[in-house]
Amino acid sequence: MRARDDLSMENLEDSCASLRTQIAAIEAQLEGLKRDLANAEAAVKSEADSTGKPHEGQNDAGNRWPLLPEEYKRYGRQMIVSQIGLRGQLKLRAAKVLLVGAGGLGCPAAQYLAGAGIGTLGLIDGDTVEISNLHRQVLHRGKNVGKYKVDSAIEALRELNPHPTYIAHRTHLTPEEAPAIFEKYDLILDCTDNPATRYLISDTAVLMGKSLVSASALRTEGQLIVLNNPPRRPGEKDGGPCYRCVFPKPPPADSVVSCADGGIIGPVVGTMGVLQALEAIKVLTAPETDTAADGSAPHEAPVMQIFSAFSNPQFRSIRIRSRRANCAVCSAEASVTLDTIASGSTDYVFFCGSATASSLLGPDERVSPEEYREKHPLINTRTNGEPEGSHTVIDVRDKAQFGICNLENSINIPISNFLASAPLSTADLKASQLPSWLPSELASPESNEPIYVVCRLGNDSQIAVKKMKELGLDRNGQRYIGDIRGGFRAWREQLDPDWPEY
Amino acid sequence: MAETATGSSTLPITVEFTGGLELLFGNERKHNVALPAQLKDGSQPNISYLLGYLVDNLMQDQRKDMFIMEDNVRPGVLVLINDADWELEGEEMYELQKGDNIVFVSTLHGG
Repeated sequence: MRARDDLSMENLEDSCASLRTQIAAIEAQLEGLKRDLANAEAAVKSEADSTGKPHEGQNDAGNRWPLLPEEYKRYGRQMIVSQIGLRGQLKLRAAKVLLVGAGGLGCPAAQYLAGAGIGTLGLIDGDTVEISNLHRQVLHRGKNVGKYKVDSAIEALRELNPHPTYIAHRTHLTPEEAPAIFEKYDLILDCTDNPATRYLISDTAVLMGKSLVSASALRTEGQLIVLNNPPRRPGEKDGGPCYRCVFPKPPPADSVVSCADGGIIGPVVGTMGVLQALEAIKVLTAPETDTAADGSAPHEAPVMQIFSAFSNPQFRSIRIRSRRANCAVCSAEASVTLDTIASGSTDYVFFCGSATASSLLGPDERVSPEEYREKHPLINTRTNGEPEGSHTVIDVRDKAQFGICNLENSINIPISNFLASAPLSTADLKASQLPSWLPSELASPESNEPIYVVCRLGNDSQIAVKKMKELGLDRNGQRYIGDIRGGFRAWREQLDPDWPEY
Repeated sequence: MAETATGSSTLPITVEFTGGLELLFGNERKHNVALPAQLKDGSQPNISYLLGYLVDNLMQDQRKDMFIMEDNVRPGVLVLINDADWELEGEEMYELQKGDNIVFVSTLHGG
């Protein structure tokens, strides 16, 4: 019965936690309302100030200064920069900013925005903290692994600056909820990691009349763009371009690489997140544009910033197009509306597609790690003395990954070699014009040893097997060539729990 | 093959690949490319010509559709002509000038 007691204990603890969270949320809301009131009062006062009525000696000391004494100290260093000033600080305090994604971009962006004294910061993310996030997602602490990223991030942000109101949205952004969430904010930051969500965020931002600071990063590079700035209604040509103006069609799903697959250097994505915070501050504190004589407000031409850590120069500003005359969202011919988003007839997952599920090989061309080990035991103690089951293992991961961990006696031939080799003509095959990267002992016609191909997850290995068969290395079926199903991930699960998981 | 270039002079430009596209081009970001200054029909090489040239001469990866789809750059690739979006310069019809810097940028999605 211990187990049952533990269970009900757990339930009670859960509901305590949930109540605590609700109380915290309502308290945060209350704080926000108080601040809104303070801001409104400050605005009334500064309005009165600007009309020239002196307030010196006003009896209500609480209204004398628009910021709290601590806020003057805390924000003084940025307020004395002329581009910010008290005017800018009050705008920041009145601003409500939503960060979609609390990862590599969202963490540094949120950190700087909280530090700068944004009045309300909302974070939306349905993921929980993983240990593989910590090298770049700088708000999360090791003790918070397993916790919602938004809760972990807000915990750190509160320690940094208790003044802002923090709002946690513990969910992935969905088309159904996006408009209602965006409505509560003035500015949106796209800190997400996939095309479908990026289109959803841009579409919703345009239709809700919000500017959007969008960034992305992979490996050693990053990109940044401020969209729908100034925010204008669909059809109004003087609005800034949206994501669809720049990228009307999504990239093929096969070409989309995630940080988990492609890798990412922490400070690279950090740089982009910090730049997002900077652009957000610029948008929020921008002086009201003086309307030009012809009635049009002058605006800087839209640009995209490209960062490349190992190039010189590292930063590049490129001029991009303005609104697209036939844009599906922000033009007069728009076909995407809040209704089509909410109803699901604008289908983002369909629009962006999904990478083709990979099963290029038949079952007889694949072995599980366990089956491989049965065929080729680790220590050969058979009495006949013959080195039973001599074979070759080709590891097609790239050099960096092979360098992290590899199997003894495996050969490293990165998949890029296979992808670069043109299909051979039969004449080539007769002349045994095999690619130079193929070790000669594999290519030699005397060799009939089986070949096993392995990679990280079991996708590239299938491509390599196909390519080798095209090259005729299987001698019309006389030689076995297959892959290890599930790659090193399965290898670790089935055979070797010590195998590094990276 | 000799007739690709009727003029003897060449048109030197630089071509760069970023955002992962360099992986399709031998993992080299920057390439110096000498195009024929005049094509056999008397026209000057434009971006459209350059695309074909790059696929035939510079691209190493066999997956052409990672770069070109329907005779144009695939969706998700920006083409920059001297640091401006090619849409501001006439897209694939832009006639290349000596010393032009053409950059192909694949959009990133990680974050």
